[in-house]
Amino acid sequence: MTAFPLFRSATFRLALLYMLLFGGSAAILMGFLYWATAGVLSDQIDETIQADIKGLAEQYEQRGTPGIAAVISERVRRDPGGRTVYLLTDPLRRPLVGNLSAWPTLEPDSDGWLTFDLLDRDTADGTTHIARARPFILQGGLNLLVGREVREIERIRAMVLNAVIWGTGFTLALGFAGGIAMSRSTARRIDSINQTSRQIVDGNLDRRIPTRGTNDEFDQLAANLNAMLDRNQTLLEGLRHVSDNIAHDLRTPLARLRGKLDEIDRPNLTDDDRNRIVESAIAEADGLLAIFNALLRIAQIEAGGRRENFAPMDLAEVVSDVAELYEPVALEKGITLAVRCEPTTGLTGDRDLLFQAVANLADNAIKYTPEGSNVVLHAAGTVVTVSDTGPGIPEDAKEDVFRRFHRLEESRNTPGSGLGLSLVRAVATLHGGNVQLEDNRPGLKAILSIG
Amino acid sequence: MRILVIEDDNDVADYIVKALKEAGHNPSRADNGKDGLFLATTEEFDALVVDRMLPGPDGLTIIRTLRASGNDTPALILSALGEVNDRVKGLKAGGDDYLTKPFAASELLARLEALTRRIGKSNITAETLIAVGDLEMNLLARRVTRDGTEIDLQPREFQLLEFLMRNAGSVVTRTMLLENVWDYHFDPQTNVIDVHVSRLRQKIDKDFDTALIHTVRGAGYVLRDTPP
Repeated sequence: MTAFPLFRSATFRLALLYMLLFGGSAAILMGFLYWATAGVLSDQIDETIQADIKGLAEQYEQRGTPGIAAVISERVRRDPGGRTVYLLTDPLRRPLVGNLSAWPTLEPDSDGWLTFDLLDRDTADGTTHIARARPFILQGGLNLLVGREVREIERIRAMVLNAVIWGTGFTLALGFAGGIAMSRSTARRIDSINQTSRQIVDGNLDRRIPTRGTNDEFDQLAANLNAMLDRNQTLLEGLRHVSDNIAHDLRTPLARLRGKLDEIDRPNLTDDDRNRIVESAIAEADGLLAIFNALLRIAQIEAGGRRENFAPMDLAEVVSDVAELYEPVALEKGITLAVRCEPTTGLTGDRDLLFQAVANLADNAIKYTPEGSNVVLHAAGTVVTVSDTGPGIPEDAKEDVFRRFHRLEESRNTPGSGLGLSLVRAVATLHGGNVQLEDNRPGLKAILSIG
Repeated sequence: MRILVIEDDNDVADYIVKALKEAGHNPSRADNGKDGLFLATTEEFDALVVDRMLPGPDGLTIIRTLRASGNDTPALILSALGEVNDRVKGLKAGGDDYLTKPFAASELLARLEALTRRIGKSNITAETLIAVGDLEMNLLARRVTRDGTEIDLQPREFQLLEFLMRNAGSVVTRTMLLENVWDYHFDPQTNVIDVHVSRLRQKIDKDFDTALIHTVRGAGYVLRDTPP
């Protein structure tokens, strides 16, 4: 076996595509999550600051500059770490009270917000944190700046971003690993089909693709392929059977023919003897020709090439003609041949072939039924039944007898080619029907239906 | 009889020509459709033996052409084993009989005799009585007598005897009987025909000194009242 062709495998490429699609949607989802959490947090801060400003403005209205300054001082005092930002300046932005040494030099953004770096008062080593503040002009021209250090938000934001990156990466990795696993398992099952096919090509005709019993698509594919292989094998065996039998069935008469031709040359033969030998040699050759004729005929009928002789015909008439033709033969053997025909109309078929088929069935019935029995031909609708009270056919041989040259052991000594029933089946199939053998209790009942 | 054999296979043509000569006929041969059609239209023949598959125009075309030009010379079509065995097509084209290769010379001769006889007789329209020796058949009354004694026959036996009598003196084969008396073209696997003939023989010959129905070994039957 060649190396596992991972990157050429169609299922792997599909898995990769699936992984990218899945990873992409995961990334979009994570992005939304990031925006929703971090964004909401900063909105909350903004609201808090605005509420704070509103509160201070009210204080100023009620208690004037000393009131607001007292509140700011109190708040600054209670927040030694400097998480909050308060600054009250005169109209020229000179600081009056607050924990910011000077008004930030930058201009507020279009929404009126300032974002600036704030020195960390705990460490006092120059570390800065981002702060967000909003300026407000009080009545009387005083400037108020209220803000919050947003270190916490930045931290959460970083955390969420981290989670988003890791999550997306993890999803992609999982998808990739799953894709490989999936493609491997698919490839393994396809490979088992490939391997079996190669074994069959190599001549191991009875190999079959293993199934897992899960009844999934692969199992169904394997089952269908196995059924196809079974059918092919049956056909092949049938063919082998036919050619074996042709070899066997033709070798014997050919050997006899050769023996007879040899005999003609013997000295001391009278003319009568010689004539007799020549005659039996001709009969032997005729027998061989008849076998070939029958084989070719079956092949032609099976190829469907004889449908052009189809014409409206009367099945009952054909059946009673067969009965009429075979009655003397039956009588000679002490067999009663009865015929019952119900009128059949509107049928289209090849009357010569149907005559041949019914005649073959009648011939078999008469040939294999002992003296004193009954054979009944019956026609009704599109069905012809030929029943006898003879020995019948064992259940397990009922399909075999339709095979070319197949003859039951018991009948090897009766003259016949073993092609009669093959022809009946071919004729039935040509007419869109079938032929079945049933138990007549006792005897055999052959049912020929033509559509 | 003058018989034209149109056959491209030399072995088969030799076989047919030899058999026809031995039977006292006068055969001519052509090995392709063009020469065959030329001979058939320029000379008089009593019968044609035409192979279906020929170089030049094929057998069916030759017969169709002859019939279209008013030439009614009886024609027997030969077809090779394995070709589509389509009698109906051959007969529709205007052929009078159909034989599948390989065939016995006796079968070909018997069919040619019956063909020329059938065509010859068909001119006599008012034939109601056939007689062979002391055997007489009245076709209108459907009665058969031998030496004045009435013989009771089943309808099929009557048809069988009629065919034998119409071809009296010539051999008729078993397949000819099947095709003409039973009107089926098929391959009997057993001796069904022999049993019918022997039943007829019982009625025709049993109570009389001379037999009329004779078996020709390897070929078929012949009805005649004098030794050949």
